[in-house]
Amino acid sequence: MIYNEEFETLPREALEALQVKRLQQVVQRVYHTVGFYKRSFDNAGVKPDDIKTLDDLRRLPFTTKQDLRDNYPYGLFAVPMSSVVRVHASSGTTGRSTVVGYTKRDIDTWSELMARCFVMAGLTKNDIIHNAYGYGLFTGGLGAHYGAERLGASVIPISGGNTKRQIMILQDFAPTAICATPSYALYLAEQGEEMGVDMRSLKLRVGVLGAEPWSEKMRRQIEDKLNITALDIYGLSEVMGPGVAMECTEARQGLHIFEDHFIAEIIDPETGETLPEGETGELVFTTVTKEAFPLVRYRTRDVSRLVKAPCRCGRTLVRMDRITGRSDDMLIIRGVNVYPSQIEGVLLNVPGIEPHYMLIVDREGTLDTLEVQVEVGETVFAETGEVKVLQELSRRITKDIKDYLGISSKVKLVEPKTIQRFEGKAKRVIDRRTI
Amino acid sequence: MNKVEQISIFLENKPGGLEFVTRVLKDAGINIRALSLADTSDFGVLRLIVNDVEKAKRILKENGFTVGRTSVVAVLVPDRPGGLHGILESLSKEKINVEYMYAFVERSGEHAIIIFRFDATDRAIDSLTKSGFTVLPGEKVYSL
Ligand SMILES: [Zn+2]
Repeated sequence: MIYNEEFETLPREALEALQVKRLQQVVQRVYHTVGFYKRSFDNAGVKPDDIKTLDDLRRLPFTTKQDLRDNYPYGLFAVPMSSVVRVHASSGTTGRSTVVGYTKRDIDTWSELMARCFVMAGLTKNDIIHNAYGYGLFTGGLGAHYGAERLGASVIPISGGNTKRQIMILQDFAPTAICATPSYALYLAEQGEEMGVDMRSLKLRVGVLGAEPWSEKMRRQIEDKLNITALDIYGLSEVMGPGVAMECTEARQGLHIFEDHFIAEIIDPETGETLPEGETGELVFTTVTKEAFPLVRYRTRDVSRLVKAPCRCGRTLVRMDRITGRSDDMLIIRGVNVYPSQIEGVLLNVPGIEPHYMLIVDREGTLDTLEVQVEVGETVFAETGEVKVLQELSRRITKDIKDYLGISSKVKLVEPKTIQRFEGKAKRVIDRRTI
Repeated sequence: MNKVEQISIFLENKPGGLEFVTRVLKDAGINIRALSLADTSDFGVLRLIVNDVEKAKRILKENGFTVGRTSVVAVLVPDRPGGLHGILESLSKEKINVEYMYAFVERSGEHAIIIFRFDATDRAIDSLTKSGFTVLPGEKVYSL
């Protein structure tokens, strides 16, 4: 099912024509109402009238997280506060948080986009949605809530925390869908099991999970433990909140971006160049309908890839790969952009190794070298304990990295638990090159 | 079955690696009956025959080693010129491949004991037995 058949299945030409028109409007508007954009466009020597095609987008300067912080709290709002009906803020782990605002119409758009997401996940007004995203300054809770109401589904506004109570409600209120971060969904499943609840026989059938990066492996675990279809939803508060993009049940291959409201680009984080379709790089968004907090070429620092090929669900909207990492982590090895997450992706598909690895980048003469240190797991070795099995493993990893990423590497198998464990964000790279 | 269980330990090539294995085993009172170190440019695999396989495996795992197990065959080899050749010749006729082999520390009377790893273990045992060679059972080997 498709919530907004007209806009979700527009022929690409019509869609892109709509994007250009809306882009021109938003560029005019921010230039004349937000001091920051006027200065930034002027510095880049570009005028709103210069934007005639979608390709002209790349002439506009980027907006960064730092710009948002510098204009804390309301400096980037394009409407007076009297028109703002709500604010949200992202948690600032370093320094100030960033504040975003919404007009009544923005909330309306957001609600529709979230409703589109739920329908894309196979939900209808007959569903009961357990919304475990946090309510408050975080966009997750209220964003999903409004979308569920727009759809006409019944919302359980449980928010985050109080896991035992959540498990009781999952049993008693019999929700058919759950919104949560993937890690919380998994935690709920495990806690339920520990309490002796058969988490597989709940009424739940769909999970709309997001707000943090996750892997296929985690998806399989969640689907298995909760007996649901787990789908990925993407959004960030700066751009809107959840509902910027959503995975469809039909293909489960990438998340459809609602391009009638957002223009997505992939850039090389090092050079800022726009990359051709299909290449991996940093995701950049321009919002073309937001009133209170429009953003022009916002650098998300999320690493993804865009594919415009038609999807079997019938939507013409471009698909982005699930987020695989942060652009800050990118390495340039012999001129090739490499993200640690891409190597992790390769390793996760090799049976017999632990998901712990370290990348050592060095330079021999003028040539960059990449060493991939991987812990040998019990499984591969326990069967035979043979040298040749390990050599094959090592060869396979080298070959897979070469095939997928186009770079040569040297694989070093190391003993279990010798690669440093990290609390929180893992440091996976040691770069010994000196420029 | 007359197979012998060999323990394999994955080792990175770094100083002290081997010493740590022998210390762990010594502290647990485990006696190493035979050993061989297979070495590649990147890592090594230490192969051991010990008196108490289960205990050794448990202790090694507790100490963080990646431990594997392999079935190998212990064969009595007449301690005279051509003794080993006779065995290899008979295996060759049966087209059984020896992946690696190493000698036991101790002897059994007039015989040396050689540990073999074959690509077809069961067939190798059959063939050797039929040809009149003595294949030692695991229990005998561990307690030598
Ligand atoms: Zn689709």
